[in-house]
Amino acid sequence: MDLLYDTLFNGLAIGSVLVLAALGLAVVFGLMGVINMAHGELMMLGAYTTFVVQNLFKDGPLEALFPVYILIAIPVAFLVSGLAGLLLEKTVIRRLYGRPLETLLATWGVSLILQQFVRSVSSAFAIGLIVAVALGLLFPRFTPPSLWRQRWSPVLGVGSWVAAGLIGVVLASVLGGVRVLDQPWFSARNIDVTAPQWLRGSIDLGALNMPTARLFIIALTAIALGAVTWFLQKSVWGMRIRAVTQNRSMSDCLGIPTETVDALTFLVGSGLAGVAGVAVTLLGSVGPNLGGNYIVDCFMVVVLGGVGKLAGTVVAALGIGVLSYIVGSGSLLLVWPAMPPALNELVTFFATTSMAKVLVFALIVVFLQFRPAGLFPQKGRLVEA
Amino acid sequence: MTFPLQRKTLLPLVSGVTLVATSISLVACGGGDQAGGKFDGEVKVGILHSRSGTMAISENTVAEAELMAIDEINAKGGITIDGKKLKIVPVEEDGASDWPTFAEKAKKLIDQDQVAVVFGGWTSASRKAMLPVFEAKDHFLFYPIQYEGQECSKNIFYSGAAPNQQAEPAVDWLLKNKGKDFFLVGSDYVYPRTANTIMKEQLKASGGKVVGEDYLPLGNTEVAPIIAKIKQALPKGGVIVNTLNGDSNVAFFKQMKAAGITPANGYSIMSFSIAEEEIAAIGPEYLEGTYAAWNFFQSLDTPASKEFTKNFKAKYGDKRVTNDPAEAAYMMVYLWAAAAEKANSVDDNKVRESLIGVSFEAPEGKVTVMPNHHVEKRVLIGEVQKDGMFKILQDKGFVKPVAWNQYVPETKGYTCDWTQKRPDAGKFKM
Repeated sequence: MDLLYDTLFNGLAIGSVLVLAALGLAVVFGLMGVINMAHGELMMLGAYTTFVVQNLFKDGPLEALFPVYILIAIPVAFLVSGLAGLLLEKTVIRRLYGRPLETLLATWGVSLILQQFVRSVSSAFAIGLIVAVALGLLFPRFTPPSLWRQRWSPVLGVGSWVAAGLIGVVLASVLGGVRVLDQPWFSARNIDVTAPQWLRGSIDLGALNMPTARLFIIALTAIALGAVTWFLQKSVWGMRIRAVTQNRSMSDCLGIPTETVDALTFLVGSGLAGVAGVAVTLLGSVGPNLGGNYIVDCFMVVVLGGVGKLAGTVVAALGIGVLSYIVGSGSLLLVWPAMPPALNELVTFFATTSMAKVLVFALIVVFLQFRPAGLFPQKGRLVEA
Repeated sequence: MTFPLQRKTLLPLVSGVTLVATSISLVACGGGDQAGGKFDGEVKVGILHSRSGTMAISENTVAEAELMAIDEINAKGGITIDGKKLKIVPVEEDGASDWPTFAEKAKKLIDQDQVAVVFGGWTSASRKAMLPVFEAKDHFLFYPIQYEGQECSKNIFYSGAAPNQQAEPAVDWLLKNKGKDFFLVGSDYVYPRTANTIMKEQLKASGGKVVGEDYLPLGNTEVAPIIAKIKQALPKGGVIVNTLNGDSNVAFFKQMKAAGITPANGYSIMSFSIAEEEIAAIGPEYLEGTYAAWNFFQSLDTPASKEFTKNFKAKYGDKRVTNDPAEAAYMMVYLWAAAAEKANSVDDNKVRESLIGVSFEAPEGKVTVMPNHHVEKRVLIGEVQKDGMFKILQDKGFVKPVAWNQYVPETKGYTCDWTQKRPDAGKFKM
């Protein structure tokens, strides 16, 4: 019985991380059909936000609030990642709707840019970047409009951005001469996010040992899941999102502002990635490559669950969690110690973390052969491409 | 599929890109330093580490230590060959945490830049990728990291610890002081797997027992199944030997602490890839009370060690820490310079011959190059303190390196001696 509880708890713990990480992707990929390879990097931004918030509370006047900094980091991370996602939607993805291959490549490029950004961002770099973007955006506003209606206007547009970029580069390298401004904020090293004391221990319930960080993540997942379900099912904008998902042109005819809906969906999905980023700081390392560790699992969960269904995402994530725990920890051997030797060999063979992952992936591949649309396929008319 | 890029848009694009590229290179090259009249010539050396990608975190420090050694040697007048003072000029390349890139860049350094020697590598995978290049071109690589042994190339010089200078004494110490039941955890690649094979043989020979073993894929952060296995195998505490590399360590220690597998509950955890730098990244509060075996700690209390740390901080910032790989990288540059001066040539074949027997007052103490291209090193075991530094629990003094492991049946009785003129000098029966 202990073993059953143990398996259930640990499966739930592993699964809830997957649910939380994949939830944002389920919204973006599931509802909008956008393959966002930068999802992992939006999680990373959430994790870095946690780091910044933690440092604010570490020393100085706010030190007394350090134990609850993580609760403050959650909404902040939601905002930071959400706004980054909004920016991504407005600048890149908006231009690529209905072109999945290009979206995939473009968002992958964005993920590399974001990784390199956190590695090399310093005050000088940030100032240079902001100045360059501001100049590029403001230049057309402060020049006579007639200039922008000529045949050679595109040259002027490109030229102004190049000039703005150059000014930014020069400014950054000049400011880089000042030692204080040249210090990278995070550098390529992994950063140390320390959980508050109450999230570092564990609670014992009989023979079951439950780390508080895991309980926290399970609770956070439940709350996030509840909030997203409520938002999509009950709120006005949630209903608009679902309407656009089901039939974009009809929604447009009926006066739903589809562009705003797209932007909002992306903001919510990206914000959820940020929240997941806060949660994973409790478990693992925080570095520029954090996103890469989760992105494959996220897609796996969403595809297995069935694109467009939150319930599918949850069932798939928990299923994968329980399965990889059972296989990886070799607990089958404890339930049935008198297993025939051949089977015993097999179970032992897969009872390491790397082999468990191989087996779980193989099972998913086999499953998708028979149910290509996942656990909970979309019923009725298909979503338009 | 074709992309109809029109000339109209292409032209400004191309010219813009060119403009940016030129201006960047102008900015970057502003004021290159000329070798003053002090030197009679130059000698180029290659520095090949990952300055980007997963391994950059660790390898940056190593490259910085090598550059520091080169600067120090140049400040003292460079190296003297044939009465001429030569300035050491480093040629840096980025291995980008990608093993084929290491091989490619090694080729480039040898053929195109014609460097006298290459200092480089971190992971065993990168070394194994470069090995064929150096052997085919009969050139010379200096490799600064503790590794799994079972290798003794004519074309590689190993300044890090062989297993008998790190893993084996650590296991002996654990057996004697901490317990006989061992659980082995490692990343899933060549170093942890080979190191654990050696450890299992050693434990078999010296009365210990392996109660479990697990490997995490590089970068994996889900440790719950391993924790469950450790709890089953060692319910009342025991010894855990950790050969995880990189990011997985953070997940491992955070989740172990949450699950109560801590030194306070009777678990002795010994890591082979965690030095001062990694402690700062993981957070000392998760590691306090665990052990590590190295040949150098920043806390080593000798004048040479303090001098090294002081200079490193002065050069790269007060918050930086020194560690074993940085020390090994620093000393191998000095060993190469000493060997070149002894050979009175920078030719890699002559340096290779003169290198054996060369000594240097390294931060860990006086190190000497042995005939098997490894170094006699000081063996230390330390415990992580609250401030992220190590308290040295045991100093075994200097231990001679053994390249071919004597616990593993396949290599038992074999040795390596490059002073011997025989075709199989890299591996022959003693």
